[in-house]
Formats: sequence, C-alpha cells, structure tokens
Amino acid sequence: MKVAITVNGERRESDIPPRMLLVHYLREELGLTGTHIGCETTICGACTVHVNGRAVKSCTVFAVQADGQEITTIEGLAPNAEALHPLQTGFWEEHGLQCGYCTPGMIMTCAQLLADDPNPSEEKIRIGIEGNICRCTGYQQIVNAVQHAARIMREGR
Amino acid sequence: MAVKPVLVGERIKRREDPRLIRGLATYTDDIKLHGMVQAAFVRSQYAAGRIVKIDASRALARPGVLAVFTAADLRGQFRHMLWHAATPTMHDVEPPVLADGAVRYVGQPVAVVVAADRYVARDAALDVEVEIDATPAVVDMEKALEPGTPRVYEQFPDNVCHRIVNDNPETDKLFKEADGTVKLRLVNHRVAPVSMEPRAILAQWEEGPQKLTLWTSTQVPHAVKNQLSRCLGLSQSKVRVIAPEVGGGFGCKLLVYPEELLLAWLSRKLRRPVKWAETRTENLLNTTHGRGHVEYVEAAYKKTGEVTAVRLKCLTDVGAYPSQFGAVIATFTALLLAGLYRIRAISTEIVAIYTNTMATEAYRGAGRPEAAYIIERVMDAVAATLKMDPVELRRLNFIPKDAFPYQTPTGATYDSGDYEKPLDRALEMFDYQAARRAQAEARAQGRLVGIGVATFTEICGLGPSTGSAPDQRQGSWESAEVRVEPTGAMVVMTGASPHGQGQETAFAQMAADAFGVDIDEVVVLHGDTDVVTHGVGTFGSRGLVVGGTAVRMALDKITAKAKRIAAHLLDTTQEQIVFREGEFTVSGGARKMTFPEVALAAHVWNVPIPGEEPGLEAVARFEPPGTTFPFATHLCQVEIDRETGEIALQRYVSVDDVGNVINPMLVDGQRYGGIVQGLGQALYEQVYYDEEGQLLTGTLMDYAMPKAHMFPRIDLDRTCTPSPLNPLGAKGVGELGTIGAAPCVVGAVLDALQPLGVTHIDMPLRPERIWNAMRAAQGGRS
Repeated sequence: MKVAITVNGERRESDIPPRMLLVHYLREELGLTGTHIGCETTICGACTVHVNGRAVKSCTVFAVQADGQEITTIEGLAPNAEALHPLQTGFWEEHGLQCGYCTPGMIMTCAQLLADDPNPSEEKIRIGIEGNICRCTGYQQIVNAVQHAARIMREGR
Repeated sequence: MAVKPVLVGERIKRREDPRLIRGLATYTDDIKLHGMVQAAFVRSQYAAGRIVKIDASRALARPGVLAVFTAADLRGQFRHMLWHAATPTMHDVEPPVLADGAVRYVGQPVAVVVAADRYVARDAALDVEVEIDATPAVVDMEKALEPGTPRVYEQFPDNVCHRIVNDNPETDKLFKEADGTVKLRLVNHRVAPVSMEPRAILAQWEEGPQKLTLWTSTQVPHAVKNQLSRCLGLSQSKVRVIAPEVGGGFGCKLLVYPEELLLAWLSRKLRRPVKWAETRTENLLNTTHGRGHVEYVEAAYKKTGEVTAVRLKCLTDVGAYPSQFGAVIATFTALLLAGLYRIRAISTEIVAIYTNTMATEAYRGAGRPEAAYIIERVMDAVAATLKMDPVELRRLNFIPKDAFPYQTPTGATYDSGDYEKPLDRALEMFDYQAARRAQAEARAQGRLVGIGVATFTEICGLGPSTGSAPDQRQGSWESAEVRVEPTGAMVVMTGASPHGQGQETAFAQMAADAFGVDIDEVVVLHGDTDVVTHGVGTFGSRGLVVGGTAVRMALDKITAKAKRIAAHLLDTTQEQIVFREGEFTVSGGARKMTFPEVALAAHVWNVPIPGEEPGLEAVARFEPPGTTFPFATHLCQVEIDRETGEIALQRYVSVDDVGNVINPMLVDGQRYGGIVQGLGQALYEQVYYDEEGQLLTGTLMDYAMPKAHMFPRIDLDRTCTPSPLNPLGAKGVGELGTIGAAPCVVGAVLDALQPLGVTHIDMPLRPERIWNAMRAAQGGRS
C-alpha cells in the first residue's frame, strides 16, 4: 500500500505491506533505529513515538494507520542536530539511563507528560511513566531527569 | 598553570549518553547488511516428548523462504558442545542446538527457518508441522525427587543433576549445645532477567577472507569467540565477535547460547548474513531464567542471641539443560551462607535437579541473593523467637572489624569489613528508634506497619582463574590495553564488555587523571574481539574491580615508560623525575616536559632513547588474588492494607560499602537499579509454569515487571572500607542492591504481619498471598 507519512518534519512516501507495524516501518524502511522494540504487546514502551504530538506505542500500530499523519521519533525530538531537547539534557545530567534501550521511548513519553503538565509532582511523573519499563535505573533518576527537564523548560532555557 | 581537577571520585556525566539519548546508538538489531536474511525458530509446544515427524514442505514452498533446518541437518556439521561448568559427580548432558529426538521444555528450538524478511520467516515457522508424542512433564523440583516420577533423562536413575555435600561434624555438635533452633523452608522462586533489549544475533560469513563476524547482544564477546572458534574449528583470528550497544544483561547474556553457534553456521552454509532478533515471548521462553531454589534451613542459637551453626539443604532447579553456570550457581549460596556473622559451623547440601523447564543461569547476584535471603530470614526468625530487636541481634553476631581478612566456615575469605559503620549510618538516616515508636503507635491503632532490615555481603570481582576449565579457553582475569597517540590523546581498550554500567566514563576518568589530559582526549573501546583481542567480560560485579585494575596496571606501565623517556630528554635520571598533573619536572629544577610532548617524542623518536622501543603503549591483564566482599545495611518500612493485602512500601534506606569509588553517580545508578530489581522479585515477578510445563508468563502482560509508580524515593549513603585485593581499593557494586532488597522487604512485611501471628510467607508478596496469609493466621477469618 502506498503511504505518505511525515516523519521528523520530512514527508516520506513508501509502498509497504498493509501488515507492516509502524515500528518496523520506522526502523527498517526509514532506518530510524532509535525507536526500539521491547515487548510487542504495548507494555514496555520502548517503541514510543509521537503521532500528531501524542505519545503512541508504535509496536502495535500498523504503519498504514499513520498515513497522512505526522510522526516524531527520538531522532527528531531535538530542535536541530547540534542541540538537545531539555529531556535529553535532563537524562544526561541526572544519569537517567544506563543501557539506554528504554531511553528513547521513555523520553518520548516524558515529552508528552511535560507538554500536558509543565510542573508535574514526583507522583505524577511516576504514574505518567508507568507504561514505560526500565530495567536498569530503578526509575528514581528518571524522575530526577524529568524534573530537571521541567525546570529547564519552565525557565525557558 | 591552573591545577587540573581530579576526576576520579567525582560525579562525571556519562560519555556513553549523547549517542543513547539521541537514538544514535547501534544495537545488534539496528544493523542491516547487504543480502541479509532473517531466521525464525520453530519451537516445541510441549514440555516433554518425542519428536515423531517434522514436515517443512509447506514452509519451503512459501515465497521468500531460503531453507529450513532441523537437528538431522546439523549432525557432524560442528563440534556440538558449548562449554558449561560441570562437576565430577554430575549427570551431564550435551545441550542440543536444535531438539534432536526429544523435546525437554516448552519453547525449545526444534527447527530454524531462514527467509528474506522477518515477517516471512515467522509465517514460515508456523508452516512447519511438528508432531510430538508428548510425555508427562516434570516441573516442580520437589515432585521431581519423588520415586516413580517421570524422568527428564531416561539414561539417569532420577532427576538429580548433581549433589554437592559439605558436611561439618562441628555443626551437629553445636546444634546439640544450642539453646534453641529455628527451621525454615524458603522458596527463592524463578524469575526472568528481562533485559529490555531481548537477545539478537547477526552472523556474517565472508567467503573471501574465510572469516566469521558475529554481532551479538552479549556480556561476554570473548567467550563467544572462544566457543565459536572451538565448535566451528576456526582459528581465533577467523572469528570476530562484536557486542555493539547491549541493552542490559543481568546475567542472561553471560553465556554462549546455541543460537550464536547456529547463526554462525547458517551464515556460512547459506553464504548470506543471517539475523535473528528474539521476540519478548521467545525471550521469556528461551533466554535463561534466574533463581529457582527451595531451601530447607535450620539454625542453632544461644539464648544470648548468638547464632552458632546453620544447616542448609538447597534444591536448585537446573531446568532441562545445564546452562553455562546454571548447575553450579548454588555453590555460591553455600559459600556465602555465613553472611556478616560469626557463625561457627555450617553444613550444606546442594541438590541440583533437572526439570522440563528453561535453563536457569546467573541472574543479578547469582546465588548470593539466595544466601542473603536465607541467613537474613534466619536472623529475623531468631530475633522473633528471642523477642530481640532484629538490628541488635545482627549487631551482636557481626564479624568484628579487627577480624579481617576473615575466613568463614564455608571457606570464603572476606577481604575487609567494618559492618557497624553502614549499620549505624542507616539507623541514623532511618531514625530507627523513632520509626519503632511510630510503629508501636500504629499497631495500637490496629495498623499493620513493619520495618525490615538486611545486613549482608556478597562475593564480587570474579575470578580468580583457578576454577577455569581448559575447554573454556579463558580464565577469570581481565585485560586492558592503552595506546597513547602522538598528541597525548589515548585509546583505552578493556576486555570487560560493559552494557550500561558506564565504564567508558569511569575508565576515561582514570586515564585522564593518570596523565593530566582532558577526558575528551581519552576514548574507551570494548566489545569487539578484533579491537580488544583478549577479554573476559562484565558479570559478577567485576567491571571495575578486575577490569578497572587491568586498566590501572596498563596506565602505570605507560607512566613508567613516559618517565624514562622524559628523564632522557631532560638529561636526568628517572629517579629525579617528578610526574604530576601531566608534567614531568626535574626534581628541584625548572626543566619540564608535558605529557603530550613526551608522547610526541615517543612516536617521532628523532632522539632515540637507549634501551627503549619507540611508541607509548601497554597491555596488562589483572588476575585477581581473591574475591572482594562489599557489605551494606538496608532498612525499609511497609504498611499493609488489612482489607486487600496490598503493600505500601513507604521508605527505603540503603547504606553500602563498596570500597573506593571512581564515579559516585555510576555507583548510585547501580544501587537504585539493583534495589528495584530485588524488590521486583520480592513483590511482583515470577516465572510461572503450569503442571504440564506450559509457560503462563510468556509476555510482559503476564510477567509482572516493576514499574515507576510502585516505589518510593530510595535514600542512599555510603561508607568506605577499601579492599586490599586491588590497587583501586574497589569492592564491586553491580549486584549489591538486588541482594539486600528481597530479605529487607520480606522482613518488613513479616514484621507488619507479626501482630496477626503470621510467621512465614514466600515471595513474591502479591496482595492475594498476603491476604491469604492473614486469613490463615486468623483461623480462616479474614
């Protein structure tokens, strides 16, 4: 099937099988391998991307469902190739990652979290990321990372 | 010149992170090669049975399918057995790459399909018809020991893989002299490591150079190289194994898997690069599990509270096939059983048992969490019996700080320790006395509040190599190589293969400090056997202790040579050279050279140094003289809902002593993560097979992973008692949190339930289990 999907601001046209999952489209068709696959069942959140600005787990969406939509992946989150998104800064500063496999999906989820609430409480952050599993960090430094990013964003840095 | 900041000991941001946070890191499944095809496995649907027929004709007819192979195709193709640890008395078996005749667990690979893409490969795997004559499965370890039970292996008289007995007659004597004994049956249930990156393998055979390159998500690329070279009959130089970015290991990636051998063979056979990335269901079915113990423990004590002797019978579930260390992990449990305590005699019996389940293997802690859980539950039971404070009971049993090095009755030699330091600090942070008073008030109101404590140690920094087998083709040392460039920049290569621990940063801190160069002048490489020729890997909390020490040794060799070069160029003796903050100064004089100037001279060599070779590089291997023993006190508080059995974990304090620290941020990361992993096992996680050996926890919808909202903020602090066994004074930290968390929280829950008369509960402490325990203790009334 022919689809036209805007990914990270660039319109991409592809002819893909109807059953191809969005995550495979991003990874294999477009080579955007920053989005990872961790469970194939919408539980772990490693595959989280934004569809029209909302966090979506791309392992359980068909790519054809994204036809005509706007997708942002971790590769397109920062304003440009040299800069980091405040969440990327936060994760780096606060040691919010270890093996890094869950990180892109976690950051994409947190981006929506902060878009919805620029100053979330610790409890709200913990509940907000319960759809993303991290095996390495025990989450505490992810919470710190989100708080760090929220501070940067509030201060407009 | 401004004084250069010392980096070692400081919180330095990770150098790994920029690629990871931007989605630019390369994990195995991210790699695409020209002509690459995909493998998929046909797996046994039954836990036990005989393969009657495999019909691949429909699969082979599907467009895009290249080949289907079964065990029959593999006979004689390669030396079959991958190395695993065995004991002289073991009923040993050779784990097959594909099931040959018999199937012995659900999910066991029976056939492999290779196709143009992964969708077609998976479709075709479903096309393969496998007829299995199912036989009764053995799933429960204790049932497996009963007479008349079906056997996993017909050639053996029973389901015992091996039995290791260490009987100490002194134990019986101390039991006779005891004022009392406690007796417990503990279950340390089976869990799944669930690294967030499942396993993935990409094999590329190149016909021109006759060379195999294998990318694999592993903790031990050199072990994979050694075994592939051995099994395929290729010289080591013809096998290159690359562990690119690895998305977590926790022990399930420290073994050489049959799929690694099979993919290598497939690529050579088909002359195509072949990839396989497992699904999460495959990961839960067929990547090694951890724990899986049932322990019967008895302890003798004096009415003073002194615990004098312990007897342990430990049943350990090997699964259907012994994995690399699976059959011997429980020996760690026996070795560490004394914990932090002056127990005078210990007798142990380990019975390793075959069952029709996936193999167990090391999982964060590997035998040590089981030991800590046993001895801490014993301490709690003794304290409860004697109506003593569990903290004070532990304190009076502590090995005193002047007793180190200390040999335990099981033969472990503890390197250094001062156990009251972290205990006192943790009590202070927790405000223990106030917490106990608040608990008493809560109890008076009928609330179920409990406080748990765990004081524990572990065995870290594995080696030494004395236990290594020739078939393993490596010891338990670690390697390092440092190459200084003409600019003074340098490459540090480590045989440790980090996968999240942050050694690229920690080792760069060490190198930058050693030569006063900027940390950005140091690049740390690892995980590619063509770059780092020899190495062992990251497991057993050894990355810094063993790998870091090897780096230290290589840095020291460079320093020594650089000093000799500087001495010659400054026209003095090396004894007169002072090397500080990157400058070689002649003692008492003004003449000096910087490290980059010496590096340049070493490469240009236009002023030859007599008796020296040009260049500035060094290799080192560190053979640890023994294992290190970090120690800790963990305290936590829970409140249990009487109506639902739900546990609210309210506080968690962890004070750990891991010796000297290179980067406290990395150390804390290991501890937060480790604690939550231990709490995950204690509260939520369990691999569950039904009576027929069907896996009921085959997705993350069923396997209960710990999530962010389940935990409170954890409070950390450290004390510092350096290890005398390595020049860094490091003790290791990777597994510590996981080891203490389970006994700590289970102790808290039992403490909370104590007013109801509940004296025992098994993990995982899910609400229904708590609720049932409360109900049973009250004679069936809820």
